[in-house]
Amino acid sequence: MSRIDSCIAAAKAAGRKALIPYIVAGDPDGDTTVSLMHQLVQDGADIIELGMPFSDPSSDGAIIQLGAERALRNGAGLDTVFSVVRQFREQDNNTPVVLMGYLNPVETMGYQAFVEQSAKAGVDGLLLVDLPVSEAESLLALTRPRDMNVIFLVAPTTTDKRIASICEHSSGYIYYVSLKGVTGAALSDTGEIAQRVAGLRSATDLPIMVGFGIKDTASALAMAAVSDGVIVGSALVQKIGELSETAARDAGLIADSTALIASIRQALDSESA
Amino acid sequence: MSVSETVATPEQDLFSGPDLAGHFGRYGGVFVGETLMAAVEELDQVYRKLSQDPKFWQEYDHDMKHYVGRPSPLYLAERLTAKYGGAKIILKREDLNHTGAHKINNTIGQALLAKFMGKPRIIAETGAGQHGVASATVAARLGLECHVYMGAEDVQRQAANVYRMKLLGANVIPVTSGSRTLKDALNEALRDWATNVDSTYYIIGTVAGPHPYPMLVRDFQAIIGREARAQSLEEYGKLPDALVACVGGGSNAIGLFHPFLRDSEVAMYGVEAGGDGVETGRHAAPLSAGKPGVLHGNRTYVMSDERGQIVETHSVSAGLDYPGVGPEHSWLKDIKRVNYVSVTDTEALDAFRALTRLEGIIPALESAHAIAYACKLAATMSPEQTIVVNLSGRGDKDIHTVADIDGITI
Repeated sequence: MSRIDSCIAAAKAAGRKALIPYIVAGDPDGDTTVSLMHQLVQDGADIIELGMPFSDPSSDGAIIQLGAERALRNGAGLDTVFSVVRQFREQDNNTPVVLMGYLNPVETMGYQAFVEQSAKAGVDGLLLVDLPVSEAESLLALTRPRDMNVIFLVAPTTTDKRIASICEHSSGYIYYVSLKGVTGAALSDTGEIAQRVAGLRSATDLPIMVGFGIKDTASALAMAAVSDGVIVGSALVQKIGELSETAARDAGLIADSTALIASIRQALDSESA
Repeated sequence: MSVSETVATPEQDLFSGPDLAGHFGRYGGVFVGETLMAAVEELDQVYRKLSQDPKFWQEYDHDMKHYVGRPSPLYLAERLTAKYGGAKIILKREDLNHTGAHKINNTIGQALLAKFMGKPRIIAETGAGQHGVASATVAARLGLECHVYMGAEDVQRQAANVYRMKLLGANVIPVTSGSRTLKDALNEALRDWATNVDSTYYIIGTVAGPHPYPMLVRDFQAIIGREARAQSLEEYGKLPDALVACVGGGSNAIGLFHPFLRDSEVAMYGVEAGGDGVETGRHAAPLSAGKPGVLHGNRTYVMSDERGQIVETHSVSAGLDYPGVGPEHSWLKDIKRVNYVSVTDTEALDAFRALTRLEGIIPALESAHAIAYACKLAATMSPEQTIVVNLSGRGDKDIHTVADIDGITI
């Protein structure tokens, strides 16, 4: 059982919906990212998705692209990502960390080095948005022997045939993309999403997390009601963008920038209570 | 061209790619976000079916003849040859096509696919604006809604083409993210496609992107090489000794090269944009100086730094200013079937002026790269030998760029 598996199982046993914030590693710098991660755990995050900055994030909207650009301007790369996770692990050995990003930096480093360094740093899962299952065998061959989960996306457009293959190769959880579009877009018809997630349930026993377009407590509650948990990215990265404009990043400012996560946690827990 | 010539041969060899999953050796494939996977798979199925249908190619050939004005001539550049040859320099006149470049060969073909798939809305990315104009043109002709993504830098550099697109009824969207050039226009087009995937057909302008684009764009551009092959045999009684074409994404080059790949006596040169010189790092030559990676849906040579971040490219020619290249070129480089070389901005500008003054033909700055290399190559070859150069586009769109460099305000 991976750290992700036990984390989600524990949440389920406690009747909690999982809350998964996404932030970009190195935005605005590595040390701040580590502080943000600890704050997110305090705010009630169950798992943290850590974005690996990339120059051409074509599945992301403008907000996350700007976050990646801030990180890249400060020289962030995969080294920064691993060092952020290592520092985080010095104080937190429980919260699962999933790396999310694009393939080119990984191919540049090499799959083997990437998987080994991820494992060594304390990463629990990998999600590469432009690596579909059909091209993923070289990566999966390296992760299978380890406690390293590989998470794939399912979209509103995904065919049943693809769903079967995605579920077969996924571990940890399934990331259901709530909408046709990019991260940070407006959420569409929740009824349709509920139906799609229900359909997914019949194809897999893996937990299903919903992401894209969740930007406040209302949308988080609506999506959590039909799934095992929610992923919140753009709304949080937007706040961190404001943080990057100030030099004095004290604990108060860090907490302010993640306040959305605390309020979503509260809303989710009072709903399930 | 007859139908039989357009159907892929069943022969399996180094040149029969891509495989069913879109691979040319280790290159190509499908690397896009899950939201687009279904659309890409659907396009693959539709194209596989239609490309086996003689009626589809009859319609394409009809449009090529009556709308584009094909076949384009093969023209012996006598004064250019007298100055630089050696070998005879012969131009494949894609600049004479309707809209002024080879891009229309592809947009006509893809518009037929869009029509068949019942998509009312098309999107395209463009660098120099030639593909944007060619897309806006077919959209106007078919009454389709058309949106063209163009880097904000390129909107400045290519104002005339922006206005042409607007006249044709297209909506030109300046892209201000990232480096504000062609690669960012591609990112933005992919985002649009993911958002409007049900209604939208994405006309990619080059032999890049996820499978099946590198295959189908090549098939639509291969008319260049099929004609050049037949014209060469007819007019010179032999195949050319060498082919030269510029390579940005690589569609005009693969179009010329592909029908000759199995003719081992024909040497091939793909000319990348050397910018200030490949050694300066300021260029757009991924095959000459990049390494394999994944960008915009396929595995191919890309220009990226040691962290795997895509780097900004530099070229006087907006149409070559792209950090990736079609995956089939990456394969042809690795198996050493095609020689990939580069020429600098300065050499391309010199060739632009030489062709204009010696032959009365103003070439696109993209095509001027091919001319520049062909002149160098011709000098090393003998007068009985022939070089076919793809004159992929005309240079009217570039006169402001050249005037600027000369310090002249038009």
